[in-house]
Amino acid sequence: MLEVRTYPTLAEAAENIDPGSVFMSGGTLVMIRVNYGAHGLKAIIRTTDSTLRRIDDEAGRITLGAFATMSDILAHRDLDFLGPAAMAVGGPGVRNAATVGGNLFAPHPYGDFTVALLALDARVHLSDGSAVPIEDFLRNRSGLVESVSFQRPFGDLFRFRKIGRIKPKGASVMSIAAHLGNSPGYLSNARVAYGAMGSAPMRVRAVERALEGAALNRHGIASAIESATEGLEPPTDELASSWYRREVAPVHLRRLLLGEDR
Amino acid sequence: MMKKTPVTFTLNGRPTAAFADPGENLLDFLRRGVGDMTPKYGCGQGTCGACTVLIDNEPHLACITLAESAADREIRTADCLSDGPSLDPLQNSFIEHFAAQCGYCTPGMLMAARALLERNPNPRREEVIDAIAGNICRCTGYEPIVDAILDASRSYRRSAI
Ligand SMILES: Cc1cc2nc3c(=O)[nH]c(=O)nc-3n(C[C@H](O)[C@H](O)[C@H](O)COP(=O)(O)OP(=O)(O)OC[C@H]3O[C@@H](n4cnc5c(N)ncnc54)[C@H](O)[C@@H]3O)c2cc1C
Ligand code: FES
Ligand code: FES
Repeated sequence: MLEVRTYPTLAEAAENIDPGSVFMSGGTLVMIRVNYGAHGLKAIIRTTDSTLRRIDDEAGRITLGAFATMSDILAHRDLDFLGPAAMAVGGPGVRNAATVGGNLFAPHPYGDFTVALLALDARVHLSDGSAVPIEDFLRNRSGLVESVSFQRPFGDLFRFRKIGRIKPKGASVMSIAAHLGNSPGYLSNARVAYGAMGSAPMRVRAVERALEGAALNRHGIASAIESATEGLEPPTDELASSWYRREVAPVHLRRLLLGEDR
Repeated sequence: MMKKTPVTFTLNGRPTAAFADPGENLLDFLRRGVGDMTPKYGCGQGTCGACTVLIDNEPHLACITLAESAADREIRTADCLSDGPSLDPLQNSFIEHFAAQCGYCTPGMLMAARALLERNPNPRREEVIDAIAGNICRCTGYEPIVDAILDASRSYRRSAI
């Protein structure tokens, strides 16, 4: 028999997670599981701790509480650069509930906001007080997330795009985020991340290596575009085949890097 | 015996209390537990928008909202729009623009539109399209719905003055 257990703090919720239970934030994914039979699910674990919804900016280090919703981010006047990534998550009803924490666990083809966090090189802060780089976290996605934090990008160095087939919303064929290092004239330490191109959002190291020292123009980024899908086996699903994702990835990467509309 | 949880909240301005089953979603809770049949069941997975209700003035998908999370919050359904025979400007506009055919999507559309017009009584066409992006209509082709919302926005602007 399913039960719902609600705790005042995240730490208490963490202590009471047991086999057969699931932690719930906005519930946009957990509730679908419950509605469709919740086979094997014994308990939904929640917390009423409202501090998990905070958004802070301390000297350029931004912290998003795990319960901050996509709409909270869109409504925040100093987080414009994250607007396209937050807007990429479903329609208005989804965005009013979908949390940053839940997005880190969303299965393919979801996780669009997490792609942005990867390119921002975020740290994931867990309920036990530990913090891990997001890339490490995504390898096994375990523990209860308290918040994520990252350095505010300079100027227009951060870019995000979601490529879908159903407008204005719909799941991703792919999403791409890039943080283009800040050396004048050439690229250095660029970070590029993909969503819906593997089992979880990922950094694209081959592209990052090819961008090192490159000029940000069609000629300069040519070898990065050639490496756009190096070593990747994108999934096939009802939106796109693996072949299709590989074919379109270089085009969308080029458009993102050069700021082209088409 | 299934353990039920008491949930108290405001429904369309009235203090309301009912018991929720464990894991029950807000849509079933409102329809079966409270008796408000205006939000509709379409998919149970957040994709159709037929169950859209306002929670603290924002549109939410009742089918993927845990009923217990509505505790102490203000819920509004399409039932709040009319006062007896007197309809909301949005409802009148839907009738005038033939924006409801089978009508199944209409309560959800109306609530998504209502949230938009309360926040922004002067929306651009693209903003209307974004506001109803989570609501599927299989009949109208959307254009009459968008026109109806834009038309109703004039009344909302007048009442905002
Ligand atoms: C119609 C629809 C459209 C959608 N479209 C998109 C889309 O375009 N892009 C996209 O990225 N996603 C999309 N989603 C998926 C989902 O809404 C988002 O990924 C959302 O951010 C998940 O957050 P949540 O709070 O609702 O997660 P929940 O449903 O509460 O949880 C999801 C998972 O994350 C775990 N979890 C949640 N919070 C924490 C935490 N703090 N610590 C540890 N574990 C946690 C839960 O245990 C669960 O396994 C869509 C969903 C629906 C229903
Ligand atoms: S019934 Fe809730 S979105 Fe379809
Ligand atoms: S009027 Fe029939 S689904 Fe919209």
